[in-house]
Amino acid sequence: MNTWTIFKRELNSYFTQPTAYAVIVIFGFLSILFTFTLGNFWAINDASLHGSFFRYHPLLLMILVPAVSMRQWADEHYTGTIELLGTFPVNLGSAILGKFLASALIWALALALTFPMVITVNWLGDPDNWTIFSGYLGSFLVCCTFLAITTLVSSFTRDQVVALITSVMICCLLTICGWDIVINEIRRSGSDAAVDILTNLGIFSHFFQATSGLISMTSLLYFLGLIVVCLVGTNLVLKSQRA
Amino acid sequence: MIEVTGLTKRFGPKVAVDDLSFSVKKGEVLGFLGPNGAGKSTTMRMVTGFLPVTAGKIEISGVSMIDKPREAKKKIGYLPESAPLYNDMTVQSFLKFCASMRGLGGVERRAAVERSIETCFLENVARQSIGTLSKGYRHRTCLAQSLLHDPEVLVLDEPTDGLDPNQKLEVRKLIKNLGKEKSILFSTHILEEVTAACTRAVIVDRGVIVADGTPTELEAEGGGSLYDLFHKVTTFETPAA
Repeated sequence: MNTWTIFKRELNSYFTQPTAYAVIVIFGFLSILFTFTLGNFWAINDASLHGSFFRYHPLLLMILVPAVSMRQWADEHYTGTIELLGTFPVNLGSAILGKFLASALIWALALALTFPMVITVNWLGDPDNWTIFSGYLGSFLVCCTFLAITTLVSSFTRDQVVALITSVMICCLLTICGWDIVINEIRRSGSDAAVDILTNLGIFSHFFQATSGLISMTSLLYFLGLIVVCLVGTNLVLKSQRA
Repeated sequence: MIEVTGLTKRFGPKVAVDDLSFSVKKGEVLGFLGPNGAGKSTTMRMVTGFLPVTAGKIEISGVSMIDKPREAKKKIGYLPESAPLYNDMTVQSFLKFCASMRGLGGVERRAAVERSIETCFLENVARQSIGTLSKGYRHRTCLAQSLLHDPEVLVLDEPTDGLDPNQKLEVRKLIKNLGKEKSILFSTHILEEVTAACTRAVIVDRGVIVADGTPTELEAEGGGSLYDLFHKVTTFETPAA
């Protein structure tokens, strides 16, 4: 009930300010631009969208997701509205969840609105649409993971800029530590154990499984685990700040 | 009613509130006076359940804020010091949101929002965005939020701060009226407010109560002036809260 109330308020706030529209337009534009430039959509000659379209999502999301959600708790601290939330007869956990779900919905919408790409590849070739769906699910899980990280970081500070920079840093580390360029470099230096750890720790290996049509239990646990840890952490941070 | 016994709050080595005890009965308006950093806001934040206590007991109409915070919070309306609001909402949608958070729904919620808007004279700005409001209206919007669920207990942290003289007069009148049916704890720097609105007042200094009585008693104690008493019992240099 209270989660729903907070969810509605947050969602409204995303649409009364230009945030939601900006996210949808910028993400849509950049993801399609990357597909045709860096992703070499025409040269790859692959209708699955795996190597051209989805490949660059984590790179975009590691900056855009924190930019949208940096204010989530930082603003509550800054304006003092956290004092109102803290004195309502509600569980703070429901407020955290409500805010998280509202932002997640904005990202689901931004992803869904890239549907012209799906129509295009279906028109040009004969892709496996389940693989594409799995890719979208993978992208959405990356969004939610970065969102949860930003939620946690923004609960520490009242300064949105600090929240933004720190969250981008963490999301960036998670993204690049599993990136093939980085992994190949480390493999060349000969440390297999480090390669294993980094691949499993990074977003990319889990994400690539999803975009090639397979969401394994390990990957699902990786994403959901990170999300739950960050949200529970947010609750602890918000509680301890008042002690 | 509010019943506070042995309330203590420490932030690390610093004692902000030291073994404070007081009570506010139904029909009573207790003025909470003291210099900046005396521990007034900290006390109010503990009474409303925002800050956890280091030691002591808080009971709101017989319900312990420490053991059953959700139950106790239902009985309190709170106006925080800075009158925090969501700037992207309109006055009406903000009040509707707060009413929902208080568990009100449907017809009940609509009635509560309308009543609060009327009580706090917000009709003219009800559909205006909070971000565009003047300080006086912002303060009254936050005050309206505290009245939505018709609470038995009101905790108001400097409710007249930043208001113009006319608005101050209105808010004082409002507090006095509400005080007939409720228990009100309100903090202020303005000593005239004590005689204008309070049935009783305490002066707090460095987390300790240094004077307690009806406005007339306190004036008598200060030799006819509340100002003299305030100067006598409080210290000039208090560390920031």
